[in-house]
Amino acid sequence: MEGIYFDNNATTRVDPAVVEAMLPYFTEQFGNPSSMHSFGNKVGLAIKKARMQVQELLGAEHDSEIIFTSCGTESDSTALLSALKAQPERKEIITTTVEHPAILTLCAYLEKEGYKVHYLKVDGKGRLDLDEYKKLLSDQTAVVSVMWANNETGTFFPVVEMAELANAAGAMFHTDAVQAVGKVPLNLKDTKIDMLSVSGHKLHAPKGIGVLYLKRGTRFRPLLRGGHQERGRRAGTENTTSIVGLGKAAEMALEAMAFENTEVARLRDKLEAAILAKVPRSFVTGNPDNRLPNTSNIAFEFIEGEAILLLLNKFGIAASSGSACTSGSLEPSHVMRAMGIPYTAAHGTVRFSLSRYSTEAEVDRVIAVVPEIIAQLRKLSPYWEGDGPAAEPEKAFAPTYA
Amino acid sequence: MWDYSDKVKEHFFQPRNAGVLADANGVGDVGSISCGDALRLMLKVEPDTDIILDAHFQTFGCGSAIASSSALTEMIKGKTLDEALKVSNQDIADYLDGLPPEKMHCSVMGREALQAAVANYRGEVWSDDHEEGALICKCFAIDAVLIEDTIRANELCSVEDVTNYTKAGGGCSSCHEGIEEILAKVMAERGESFKPGTPAKEEAKPVGMTNLQRIRKIEAVLETVRPQLKRDGGDIELVDVDGKTIYVNMTGACAGCQMEALTLQGIQQKLMEELKEFIKIVPTKAGALSRATCHP
Repeated sequence: MEGIYFDNNATTRVDPAVVEAMLPYFTEQFGNPSSMHSFGNKVGLAIKKARMQVQELLGAEHDSEIIFTSCGTESDSTALLSALKAQPERKEIITTTVEHPAILTLCAYLEKEGYKVHYLKVDGKGRLDLDEYKKLLSDQTAVVSVMWANNETGTFFPVVEMAELANAAGAMFHTDAVQAVGKVPLNLKDTKIDMLSVSGHKLHAPKGIGVLYLKRGTRFRPLLRGGHQERGRRAGTENTTSIVGLGKAAEMALEAMAFENTEVARLRDKLEAAILAKVPRSFVTGNPDNRLPNTSNIAFEFIEGEAILLLLNKFGIAASSGSACTSGSLEPSHVMRAMGIPYTAAHGTVRFSLSRYSTEAEVDRVIAVVPEIIAQLRKLSPYWEGDGPAAEPEKAFAPTYA
Repeated sequence: MWDYSDKVKEHFFQPRNAGVLADANGVGDVGSISCGDALRLMLKVEPDTDIILDAHFQTFGCGSAIASSSALTEMIKGKTLDEALKVSNQDIADYLDGLPPEKMHCSVMGREALQAAVANYRGEVWSDDHEEGALICKCFAIDAVLIEDTIRANELCSVEDVTNYTKAGGGCSSCHEGIEEILAKVMAERGESFKPGTPAKEEAKPVGMTNLQRIRKIEAVLETVRPQLKRDGGDIELVDVDGKTIYVNMTGACAGCQMEALTLQGIQQKLMEELKEFIKIVPTKAGALSRATCHP
């Protein structure tokens, strides 16, 4: 039996058409796009085409606003560090408590360097308080960085509105949109978003390719200096094959946009509704009314996520979890904790993330398997008795810290 | 994905002795729900003999926590309480053919549940003295709390010191940034600032021991292993001590024995525990080292 891959927020398979588009650039089209001869020129033209394909997916006004990078993390780091370097008089950053580590770890580092970082809190459904945000914006704010959609729950943030507010305060606005690009229609030319990060492998392009969208007129300081590639904004010989692949993937994502938001969303909803109906003491985390069409994050109370994943894996089903154990850290997912999900549920969260390749049969199979797995693990749980949680579970089992 | 041994997987997929033990007379609840691992161990002890007749568990936790719990119940059944208490967390890990460094705390939890359950049976109160921090050194599974405490207790001021005292940072060295951060924090507490490149504290000599005392101590440790080596027709002699390197000669049947490297490793561990410092044991007889490398 072929495996069921419901972990598309982690990474996606490269579409065969994308691979096909890339192949010639490993072999006959091997030239350096910076070279004057025809070997280089053809590759240069291919990159130009890819740039326009990405421009179209993002709804950017100019193709020169697209800078190819090596990954989403590089785009994030470039954006934030550039904003700080370009506006040395502004020493503050505003972000959220639920960002990806690509932002949070960088911010923790910048705090050590003397910058002040404000972390916006979220409510139980993962929503921001815009009044809190408005109060924090000031002439000290260098950059605001807020993700478009949360990677764990899929919940959207109102980035377009937040960018307007940042712009009015004279601050730059960056959004880590790696989960949103390819799944939601974008029209950046009509927004005040200055910078946006894209990661190729989240939209069926290969790993190791990313994009930083940089609105024309936004002051910029490169992270990598050297040659004149990407108009001097990102030095280093272009990853030509992957750029071509990302261009093709962007074109295909645009074509599949409607499908993603109807059919994929329908499969996700079916999966989620069936699991919630069959498994007692389970609930959806994040905001189900305003989220990515492919993502469902379900908390199964009184059991632990890694154990769930190992059993799912035995049935050939791939998903991911916010449990501490999957990452080797001591705390469950910072996103679940920020939403105030209790520990007994936060450790048992499982994220199912579908793609346009997911099928009805796969969804049915997962619906059939999940309830047994949950029941099996609950039999081992000290919080569970028979068919339900122990009466007053927190009291029934209150271990000594060890 | 974790690199779990087949034994771990087997105990996770088919856990032994899972579920409530109705007539248990010793119960230990340990773990931390914030860390996502908690375990209830239930024992049925024969009062006259102190023999563990049956052991069951319930676990809220990951694959290795469930496997460690399962292994523990299998290991202690039929033992007396005193025998069972000799089971160390390393024994649990060994029984499972090893655990990833990030998961060693699961075996620690098993050992602590055992102590708690025995204390409960004996009507004593068990208090936990072990605290756990974020894992810093993945090569040797050393966490932040241990590093911090060691720096504070010994007034350490360099990464090299930390490696000498705790082993942390002695492997791939990718955790040195993390160690430097802890150093900076603890040194600030005592009004100093961390300067990279500070030489290590003098030759990692354990506090208050002269060279002579140290050599005597080493001799004493070798003396304790000697009877075992002699039983196998071999022996060991101390050749020289040069800072952290201890040179020895393996003689008789031990010289060239296939198990030589393993034996030396065990002695090295014992020496480190006794001297309370990080040392390296080196066999001097030509060939010993190259032989060790010939057997991958």
